[in-house]
Amino acid sequence: MGELTERIAPVAPGAAIIEVEDLVKRYRKGKTNAVDGISFSVRSGEFFALLGPNGAGKTTTISILTTTLIPTSGRVRIGGNDVVTQASSVRRQVGIIFQNPSLDMNLTGEENVRFHAVLYGLYPYRPQFRLMPTAYRQQVRELAALLSIEADIFRPIKVLSGGTRRKLEIIRSLMHRPAVLFLDEPTRGLDTNGRRNLWEYLRGVQAAGTTVFLTTHYLEEAEAADSVCIINRGRIVSFGPPSRIKAELVSEHVLIDADDRDRLRAELATRGVAFAETPLFKIKLDGRSAHQLLKAIDTPLSVVAIHQPSLEDAYLSIIGKIDD
Amino acid sequence: MTELGPVLAIAQRDLMKLLRDRPRMVTTLVFPLLLIGVLGGSLQANLGRHLGFDFLAFTFTGVFGQTLFQTTAQGVISMITDRENDFSQEMFVSPISRYSIIVGKILGESLVALPQAVAIIAFALIVGIRASAAQFGGLVVVGLLICLLGGAFGILVLSNLSSQEMAGQIFTFVMLPQFFLAGIFNPIKVLPPYLNILSRIAPMRYAVDLGRAAFYAGRPESARVVLDSPVVDLAVIGGMFTVFLVVGTALFVRSERNR
Repeated sequence: MGELTERIAPVAPGAAIIEVEDLVKRYRKGKTNAVDGISFSVRSGEFFALLGPNGAGKTTTISILTTTLIPTSGRVRIGGNDVVTQASSVRRQVGIIFQNPSLDMNLTGEENVRFHAVLYGLYPYRPQFRLMPTAYRQQVRELAALLSIEADIFRPIKVLSGGTRRKLEIIRSLMHRPAVLFLDEPTRGLDTNGRRNLWEYLRGVQAAGTTVFLTTHYLEEAEAADSVCIINRGRIVSFGPPSRIKAELVSEHVLIDADDRDRLRAELATRGVAFAETPLFKIKLDGRSAHQLLKAIDTPLSVVAIHQPSLEDAYLSIIGKIDD
Repeated sequence: MTELGPVLAIAQRDLMKLLRDRPRMVTTLVFPLLLIGVLGGSLQANLGRHLGFDFLAFTFTGVFGQTLFQTTAQGVISMITDRENDFSQEMFVSPISRYSIIVGKILGESLVALPQAVAIIAFALIVGIRASAAQFGGLVVVGLLICLLGGAFGILVLSNLSSQEMAGQIFTFVMLPQFFLAGIFNPIKVLPPYLNILSRIAPMRYAVDLGRAAFYAGRPESARVVLDSPVVDLAVIGGMFTVFLVVGTALFVRSERNR
């Protein structure tokens, strides 16, 4: 097996494992750039989320990073290897869960996993599970137990649920212990329970040192990311930890109301507190504490709510501004 | 680096697909038998005595070559379905060589086609076509070469396709004329010059002719049926296989990555 089973030494924890410089992709029949000069880097062991609306360039970016698409210009390196000139080395370092299921429906779950294991040179080819080396059989059983699909792994893919299929794809993508796991909208089509189970498992994968690169539509999934990159129309519009993106783009505010609204309106005006009626009175905190603000108001209040900005607020704010 | 394991895994996948699809198994076996029985039988009854050779055996050897060539080519073209189902991505993101992927696919589709060879030979025996064990054995060996050529031809066609609908249209266009240019049912020993040129560039001609050379070896009607020396057929098949495989794989990989 030789070269196929060689493991690429992962980069030092915290060092850049994905480096993207001025990446541009224009499809042959495209009139505009699908990806238009983006640059970013991802540190080893990081949980990185690429966000953006449909057509923003997420799948194009992930396809280039995983060597299935050639960029028009720019440079991408994974673990120091160029995705165009050293594609084979890159492929050994990455695992991928595609946006659309990529299992062979004619095979069983285990046959799909075995196909992958042999393709990556992890185990010698054998036509049946029982003829495979003990180490393989043990690894498959352990992974199936971890994801609670022991009963399903030997059944044809056709009869399995969407959630079980996704789990199988994860088992498969981790067989060769990739340094980077790419997930292109992995929870699409899964129910709430399926999504939760998947995330519990992926957190374990990241904790074990694998860099996780995610594209998603579900913004709450990106809240836990170390870094978030928001792209729109092929360009980066925001980049950084979720807390920073939220702080920069959406201010914390309180919502209050009173039975005597005229009195409250007059008092806020007198005290020089800026507000907007939405129809509740919305007051930006701008560094003040909510307690400080509320203590200063004499009008009896009937509603008090403190709004903590979410990544979704930030995202909508960014995308909304651009689309306007 | 040895990539035999991955090649065999890709090949086994295709065989498993066939074995688990019973309707497909029945149709792939029945169609060539219909061609031989109905077409070969009727032509033999009406034209056989004027030709100086048994038309049923002529059709049998023609359909034998055509079936294996076409089934393998068609199977390789089915990669377009994989591409549309996203299964091909799983293969194309793996670290193995692109040639190993294509060779595995050709080998797999050859394994799918070869049971047809056995069924056709069994049918030939049932309808009274007689030959020595060595001649039938030679035919099976040639059958494998025909499959490899058909597979390489398939990858060349596939490299120029962008969708499954297009595959259906193009396949008929590139395959049907070869039925006649390769002389599956029609003798082509004598052809007008323009048809002779077209026949000589049709890959299926050499596949069918090599099969007939194996079957008719040592028989008096060989000179009336076999077109070229087996050495010529083998050389052309080897050359076409190499060119189709290299050019087809390069074009296919380019079209996959350079969209």
